Amino acid sequence: MRDVAIVAFAQTDHVRSSEALSEVEMLMPVLHDVLGRTGLRTGDIGFTCSGSSDYLAGRAFSFTMALDGVGAWPPIAESHVEMDGAWALYEAWVELLTGEADTALVYSYGKSSPGSVRDVLTRQLDPYYLAPLWPDSVALAALQAQALIDAGETDEQALAAIAARSRTDAEDNPHAQLRGPRPQGDYVVRPLRTGDCPPVGDGAAAVVLAAGDRARELCERPAWIRGMDHRIEPHALGVRDLTDSPSARLAAERAGAFERPVDTAELHAPFTSQEVVLRRALRLGDSVRVNASGGALAANPVMAAGLVRIGEAAAAVHRGASHRALAHATSGPCLQQNLVAVLEGEPHVR
Amino acid sequence: MSAREPVAVVGVGQTKHVAARRDVSIAGLVREAARRALDDAGLGWADVDAVVIGKAPDFFEGVMMPELYLADALGAVGKPMLRVHTAGSVGGSTALVAANLVAARVHRTVLTLAFEKQSESNAMWGLSLPIPFQQPLLAGAGGFFAPHVRAYMRRSGAPDTVGSLVAYKDRRNALKNPYAHLHEHDITLEKVQSSPMLWDPIRYSETCPSSDGACAMVLTDRAGASRAPHPPAWVHGGAMRSEPTLFAGKDFVSPQAGKDCAADVYRRAGIADPRREIDAVEMYVPFSWYEPMWLENLGFAAEGEGWKLTESGVTELDGDLPVNPSGGVLSTNPIGASGMIRFAEAALQVRGLAGAHQVDGARKALGHAYGGGSQFFSMWLVGSEPPAT
Repeated sequence: MRDVAIVAFAQTDHVRSSEALSEVEMLMPVLHDVLGRTGLRTGDIGFTCSGSSDYLAGRAFSFTMALDGVGAWPPIAESHVEMDGAWALYEAWVELLTGEADTALVYSYGKSSPGSVRDVLTRQLDPYYLAPLWPDSVALAALQAQALIDAGETDEQALAAIAARSRTDAEDNPHAQLRGPRPQGDYVVRPLRTGDCPPVGDGAAAVVLAAGDRARELCERPAWIRGMDHRIEPHALGVRDLTDSPSARLAAERAGAFERPVDTAELHAPFTSQEVVLRRALRLGDSVRVNASGGALAANPVMAAGLVRIGEAAAAVHRGASHRALAHATSGPCLQQNLVAVLEGEPHVR
Repeated sequence: MSAREPVAVVGVGQTKHVAARRDVSIAGLVREAARRALDDAGLGWADVDAVVIGKAPDFFEGVMMPELYLADALGAVGKPMLRVHTAGSVGGSTALVAANLVAARVHRTVLTLAFEKQSESNAMWGLSLPIPFQQPLLAGAGGFFAPHVRAYMRRSGAPDTVGSLVAYKDRRNALKNPYAHLHEHDITLEKVQSSPMLWDPIRYSETCPSSDGACAMVLTDRAGASRAPHPPAWVHGGAMRSEPTLFAGKDFVSPQAGKDCAADVYRRAGIADPRREIDAVEMYVPFSWYEPMWLENLGFAAEGEGWKLTESGVTELDGDLPVNPSGGVLSTNPIGASGMIRFAEAALQVRGLAGAHQVDGARKALGHAYGGGSQFFSMWLVGSEPPAT
């Protein structure tokens, strides 16, 4: 398999509302930032791939406007997934593996501020049997949290500790939306309190991928992608064991995450209870530094939050804070779909 | 570094495209196409390593990221599932993303599928963006593309009748394709030419229908192809290109991204003279005049000369360069699936499995899709023989 690395990462400051900016205005500085870190221009990039959602933007083909921010002239080789940017990164990684391109630009963005994201996300549920009931994302996460508590896997105190740790860690993250501890507050949907839920906000992120020697030219310490895989579970919550994540575990296994221990993990767990599920499924012991960025509990730009996890893990490798990191992204209700990437700092030994 | 793994199309499945499939859910629709593709490939659900699905805007059915809900219906549980969305070109792009998974040796056998169930909403108004995104001047895609057709007519000096010839041909070809949406047994050229004017110069009969339908393909590696019960189609080259919707100097009649995409595909496939070397073309023609326009954009005719191929019958089913033997988008348009139907019909031609609309002796065929404001392009060239490695 061809050696491919993340050589640069950039993100916006994630904010409650970016109403003064259009999607492309929010995205452009991030694209300039990530390209600037490598000295590349749009025309140097072999493949571009993005992730976003029309339902957040409130209009069809919303990604076409974002393309203006890339500057696709002369024409570029480009694709788009209606998924979190983590999956756009996956598509770009595969393109580089085929050898057809040596560099790739990946970006994603999401503005949750224009509407009620809790309600918007109900539209991704089974349209015949579930969506008509409008069960919102917090209510579904609360079912999962209660299942964990009933199974003796966690309690409200432990969940509060996850919230406090995440937001304390976010004090060192200038891009985070919630920096510093917050009160746990009242129940939003029992047993989840305000503190157990992610902030609603807007943001964008971008990374540059490069293969082989090109990566070494562009970055002093590339974050080599040792493996990446993603898996999906049944949609109906009633047929799933919500206290476990077999899809995350299988993705991690296929990505090679269990071959050697990681020192760092960035988990896309928008709710405190989901970190409990993921830590166990991904076999992360207490020695692993989890979500040093503050994670999705400190900033959760929908459609970009997964890519931010991969970017944060890569950045930890870039600055020498990690030698082997696991990055995770999720999509769908209660962790239905999961992606795992394993990143390493050392040169690849064949 | 080893070369790319050759990619073979060993299964193709479509639903019978119609205006409204009220008898099935969205899940039922996609499963029907997927099951037929697996049957063609002689495979079961367990033989599939990954699923790549595509469709146009989620607003067309009113389901956000429907792949989450379709995971069970497509046998994707426990497997990777990717969802592509690149506007009208999405069916083609989805197939290319799936092909890359095999080419990169990430997976051996991939199910790829695209669909649209347009009866769930109103596509024309779904495509008409609200204020503040667009001025309230356009109604549907036809309103956007009609001025560019007019520009082509003026630039090329083509006679007014060329568009009707394309529509008459494609609707007659559709009569030979059991899966096509429109089966107009009483079609005549006079009927096309006297149909109501919708977006001048585009008449009602020169416009694509609004369809419910799905198309699926099974892609696999050399080992998989050797076990296939029917002849495979081999992918000789594929590419995507994009350019912005609007900018000073954009050529809407023959966009640069389309030219670049075709050139890239021909380079990968070793095609020097597309007009002579390609035996059949399935191109994305949602409005009749796009046949002569794309003939030029894709290098089958010199600039301003495309309409002459249409007028002289070259693009007829028994012509020298048959275009849209399936009846094309003009006869069947489940938007998100339309690009994949082009790719799949090209594969059927080189497999020799196109039935009554088979082009005799087709060995190389081009599948073409475009989308957005003539800005997203995806194409592949398939052949009856494995690519030279």
